[in-house]
Amino acid sequence: MDELLKPAPVKRPFLSTGVIILIVLALNGIVWSILRFGLGLGAVTNLNNQYPWGLWIGIDVAAGVALAAGGFTTSALVHIFYREDFRVLVRPAIMTAMLGYTFVAVGVMFDLGRYYNIWHVPVMGNSNSVLFEVGICVMTYLGTLYIEFFPIVTERFIGKVHLKGALRFLNRPIDSALRWIDNFLDNTMFFFILLGVVLSCLHQSSLGTLMLIAGPKIHPLWQTPISPLLFLLSAFAVGFPMVIMESLSASRSLGLKPEMDVLARLARFVGPLLGVYLAFKIGDMVIRGTYVYLNEINFASVMWVVEILFGVIIPIRMFFWDKVLRSRTLLYLASLLVIFGVLINRFNVFITAYTPPYILKPYKPSIGEISITIGLISLEILLYRTLVMIFPVLAQPDKNYRPKAKFAIRGVIR
Amino acid sequence: MDQSRRTFLKTLGLVSFSAAGAKKSKATPTNILSDDRMGVLVDTTVCIGCRRCEYACKAEHNLPAGDIDDYNDRSVFERLRRPDADALTVVNQYPNDKEDRLPVTVKVQCMHCDHPACVSACIVGAFSKQKNGAVIWDESRCIGCRYCMVACPFQIPAFEYDKAIEPKIMKCDFCYENRTSKGGIPACVEICPVEALTFGKRYELVQLAHEKIRRNPDRYFDHLFGEHEVAGTSWLYLAGQDFKSLDFPDVGTDPAPGATEPIQHAIFKFFVPPVALYALLGGIMWLGKQNREEEE
Repeated sequence: MDELLKPAPVKRPFLSTGVIILIVLALNGIVWSILRFGLGLGAVTNLNNQYPWGLWIGIDVAAGVALAAGGFTTSALVHIFYREDFRVLVRPAIMTAMLGYTFVAVGVMFDLGRYYNIWHVPVMGNSNSVLFEVGICVMTYLGTLYIEFFPIVTERFIGKVHLKGALRFLNRPIDSALRWIDNFLDNTMFFFILLGVVLSCLHQSSLGTLMLIAGPKIHPLWQTPISPLLFLLSAFAVGFPMVIMESLSASRSLGLKPEMDVLARLARFVGPLLGVYLAFKIGDMVIRGTYVYLNEINFASVMWVVEILFGVIIPIRMFFWDKVLRSRTLLYLASLLVIFGVLINRFNVFITAYTPPYILKPYKPSIGEISITIGLISLEILLYRTLVMIFPVLAQPDKNYRPKAKFAIRGVIR
Repeated sequence: MDQSRRTFLKTLGLVSFSAAGAKKSKATPTNILSDDRMGVLVDTTVCIGCRRCEYACKAEHNLPAGDIDDYNDRSVFERLRRPDADALTVVNQYPNDKEDRLPVTVKVQCMHCDHPACVSACIVGAFSKQKNGAVIWDESRCIGCRYCMVACPFQIPAFEYDKAIEPKIMKCDFCYENRTSKGGIPACVEICPVEALTFGKRYELVQLAHEKIRRNPDRYFDHLFGEHEVAGTSWLYLAGQDFKSLDFPDVGTDPAPGATEPIQHAIFKFFVPPVALYALLGGIMWLGKQNREEEE
């Protein structure tokens, strides 16, 4: 079956109703971005001296990193654990991770007061700082992802460089450069794949260490020394649901046939991974005795229950149910719930749990913050659509493929 | 095939070594804990709430200070104020437990911790703890991430949210640049008309404070805030009543960076865990490759 599928650029009209809505949302975000960079953080955000971090760090950065976990989990599964049967999923997973991390980096730039000083991080880094470790790992991993994506670029353009007019003489050098890079990456890719997985494990967990330094400002439900482990385990668990959700969304939006059998097999990993996460989460709660905070009904306790019930417990049950694995709709729903759970978890750790000792003005994300976050996500989806139309990322049935002829000539089914 | 396997292992080893070497050469910011570090003892039972310290601080730091007589206005005490980008120190007023007619006034500013969370947290090492006890911020390094504000247990650093370009982190700098680094005393201590603020070596101030409590047990609540809080601060407070009633935070006696540095250093000590993980995954990958080649 897999032989029938071959990654190829998707041929579809770019515009659709959904795309136009996304463009409008992206433009709205761009307008607010101009205000943010022209007038400063105070003009657009509700951030203040009591709440220095808000929606952008909680969602764009922390949740963005977690939800880009599909890249390293899939690449580990296929390339390190040699599960070749999932190979069709690697390219889209790497590409969405690449886009995800690019937008994490962009999101950070929005939040930094002196974004133009970002180069200070690798130059002046403070090795005691958790944020430094996160920053340097995300930067390196972003570069690694671009390298992992590059063979797709070379595949698209080798033998197809046809510059016109004055630039004609460049055709040959570019082509041979592409061939050289392709050959070089072919021999060294294992290094980058391993590096990507190690870097991911490092910063996914360190993101969980970030808020430990805030000490009593963080609600005890989330303030735990094993927070880095919980962040890592939840990143493992959310990687495959992200791949499933993206694959199902893309095939629906682009009119492709979803690879349900591959996705259903991938979904079998999710239940156990989520189960391990839940076990540590609950075990930590029992050991530290923080269940007492669930007795009082307030925003924090409600958010904790929502996070665990809808984001972990219900999807665990769903992923262990064959009916869900066979149904496109139910599988989509179950994956969305896991994604929702991790998103809410990151939101909770960075925003819900953060209570400063002196509150002069409570924090609620402003229209500008929400607009920019939604605008960035819209841009990311638009870029995804653009890239799958240019590059051979999504696996599609090969039109020129004639099974009978192939079997007759080669005599074997590979 | 054998050739590629050998290059695979070679590259693996080479990379692990270079990665380990690169990490070791990294620096941490200045964080000196001198025995002779200076401090200020704030006796809130003496403070009259004249807010001259607020004026002197603004004038010293080139912030809009206004007229000194404006500071006689006591209506600002009606609501809780916090240090911000325009005021590095503020005075708040609280009801007196013992004497209704004499409210307690408390000056708030950076505590200049002995083990500062901001110094530990800052991504680019823009914060440092100087020999004389001052915790200062270096404008030339800051990237404006505001992690110091997340980390600070006393909620002190403030950010210039209105500035689109070169926003600063604003906090009390112990008048480091123009005064205390040259042997001078901080502007607020200098102007205080009732000597509620005492500048001196921290260990002497601790002795002085305990002496005061011993001599006047009725006047003082038996606790020196800052002696043990977050493992010690350069600014120390005496009060006539429980510090909780004066809005002092309950921060514990462990250093403010808490468990983050041990966790961080456990993950990165000699870069062993990441390299071990890399080697483990590389091993799995290599075995898988071998198996596949044998099948073929």
